Amino acid sequence: MPANSSLRTRFERGLAAPICLTWELTYACNLACTHCLSSSGRRDPKELSTDEAKALIDEIAAMQIFYVNIGGGEPMIRRDFFELVEHAVRRQVGVKFSTNGTRIDERAAKRLASIDYLDIQISIDGADAATSDRIRGVGSYDAARRAMDHLKAANFGPFKISVVMTRDSIEQLDQFEALARFYGAELRLTRLRPSGRGVDVWEELHPTLEQNRRLYRWLLERPKVLTGDSFFHLSALGESLEGLNLCGAGRVVCLIDPVGEVYACPFVIHDEFKAGNVRDAGFAAVWTNSELFRSLREPGSAGACTSCGAYDACRGGCMAAKFFTGLEMTDPDPECVFGHGETALRAKRVNLRPTPSPDHSRRVPVTLSSR
Amino acid sequence: MPFADADTFDPRVAWQLNGQVSLREETFGALAYHHGTRRLVFLKSPELVALVRSLSDFDCANDALAAHVAVGEYDRYVAALATLGRSEILCARQ
Repeated sequence: MPANSSLRTRFERGLAAPICLTWELTYACNLACTHCLSSSGRRDPKELSTDEAKALIDEIAAMQIFYVNIGGGEPMIRRDFFELVEHAVRRQVGVKFSTNGTRIDERAAKRLASIDYLDIQISIDGADAATSDRIRGVGSYDAARRAMDHLKAANFGPFKISVVMTRDSIEQLDQFEALARFYGAELRLTRLRPSGRGVDVWEELHPTLEQNRRLYRWLLERPKVLTGDSFFHLSALGESLEGLNLCGAGRVVCLIDPVGEVYACPFVIHDEFKAGNVRDAGFAAVWTNSELFRSLREPGSAGACTSCGAYDACRGGCMAAKFFTGLEMTDPDPECVFGHGETALRAKRVNLRPTPSPDHSRRVPVTLSSR
Repeated sequence: MPFADADTFDPRVAWQLNGQVSLREETFGALAYHHGTRRLVFLKSPELVALVRSLSDFDCANDALAAHVAVGEYDRYVAALATLGRSEILCARQ
């Protein structure tokens, strides 16, 4: 249900444990998407071991975090992937995981279908191979479709089709809806953020103001389309979209990376937003005590948005989108629906944009072999 | 007795927290997560949390309401329980 404003204030002060915990299992990936939030590619030799990962799951269960969003990298590349998922489900921690689908063959689909409390999000970035592969690499769209076919054949049930909204994919909304309907799947749309390798393509690929307005109206008419609260900056246009409509970073949201570092949200893998490491005193200690998270839970200033009548709806937008475009936290969102972000960006044309801290990108181009 | 939503919620019968639901208490009340529908619901006051937890101790929801809620607040709490019934956070007990 949509949060009312007093509840939203409570959320902004932080909860006993996150609602939405993302855990990137590995930096290893067999694709090299141009907009990868975590600059993934190569496995990090210091990634959590199976035992450490299971201990973390036990702690997540003890904190009553109901489900964890698993990503990567490509999480299914980890050899203990199923072992960890099954451990989580046994502990009553639901698993929602994002995958490029390349590892979901007939056998894997059957195994996935046999696990309760499991949600799968298969990523594509276009409704056809040409559009999607421009971002995700040649062969990736067909591989994702094969995975969807296998899940359908295995009667997995309603999986999710997850699409990042770019200047190109946003023109295919109706086609994504039809594709989801074809598979009996749910559609999930998320915002392109200038995080990770996304910083290199954001300028060219982020939706125009006009496209964002169209997306807003399209979503309003379709409350069942999932967005992970991605587009709350668009709620400034009027009626609020589904979701909490707030920046949950360090308050109701956080990210654990493959080596155990805890960041404020999945879109700020950067030293500036690092709260601590689960290897030191455990995850709960980081969540509760980290100085960074405590400061994020303090009431913030509306900054440049103080005089804007829509601030209560959009809350100044996305912290990560501001940070990686070189804006201040007190500036408007770079995609402010009233164009204030573009004005702020023009005023700071000097290149002050931070570069992502850990970069696990491969040093050579990736080609997807057919399996 | 007041009926907020007689179609889905009858306070004259016994109710309980759905076995597929986990509750996590927070200062504002609680989060309730339904592992089956994967829906997250907010219980917006500690009093509502106490009421929900007590449902299984009573033969009908009205008795639980009588034990936990001032008469003037009945309608509000019945409406809250009805909402929880619709989202399958609560289920009728045999």
